[in-house]
Amino acid sequence: MSCIEQMKYTIHLQKTSFKEAREYIEKNSDEVYYVSPGYKIFKDYYIIGIPPIAVGAKGNALVFPYTKPCHGSFVLSIDNEDSIKEINRLRETGKGKATASVKKGKSPESSKVSLTSYEDMWKKQDLEN
Amino acid sequence: MTGAKMLLMMGCPEVPIQTSIALYLSHKLTKLGFDVTVAGTTAASKLLKVSDSDGYYVKKLVDLDKTIVDVIEKRTDFDMCFAFMHNDAGMTYATTMSSISQARMYSIVFGRNADALAETIEFDCEKIVAQDVHNPVRLKNKLDKVMEEIVK
Repeated sequence: MSCIEQMKYTIHLQKTSFKEAREYIEKNSDEVYYVSPGYKIFKDYYIIGIPPIAVGAKGNALVFPYTKPCHGSFVLSIDNEDSIKEINRLRETGKGKATASVKKGKSPESSKVSLTSYEDMWKKQDLEN
Repeated sequence: MTGAKMLLMMGCPEVPIQTSIALYLSHKLTKLGFDVTVAGTTAASKLLKVSDSDGYYVKKLVDLDKTIVDVIEKRTDFDMCFAFMHNDAGMTYATTMSSISQARMYSIVFGRNADALAETIEFDCEKIVAQDVHNPVRLKNKLDKVMEEIVK
């Protein structure tokens, strides 16, 4: 169990695909930064994801994807002293910060038809179970 | 390739054929001389442990998330990785492993949506795809051919 599950978090999106989690973060954050798989946040959570992994800042809250093997991807946010530190760390690194056009534009994978079709099937199956 | 470090990465065990294929692959690869580690979620590992209670087929069973952390922190790595996936989360975990590890990747894609899921894989890997849920034979036969190629 990572430290995330012991922290006070808000769930914004649940049991979705990683691509949808990324798009949610891109559309609903004040600032968006892109990190590599395995980027460490808080005490011991290493982000699982498909690059480019979007991590957002909304006010003082850090908005990030969280993937569980049996439950899919979630978008969580944490708003505390540590999230402010994490946001500052992203700002200092500054790598991959989204411009307004990137934030509102297509994600690098969104043009792929196969992704959309798979997601639809996956969701349908999830609803049936 | 004898002695090469091989990781079998199990995801959610909801689709039955994962457990039997993991046991089969682990045993077969071990007999071929590979150093095999099987990593799984808590549920996937429990299924494996009960099925192979004496550890006859699986010699090393480790926690999936801990293994990923160990690779990120460069405490361990593998030469080859077989990643099981039947859902988007499994594919996301495999993509992460391909990004953090130097291992040659093999994606074992199965379940009802296997073909569509296989198309979403963006990292460099060999794909072994079977649209099966309960019957592991077709996937086993495909993996036998992959193992033949590996030991050539």
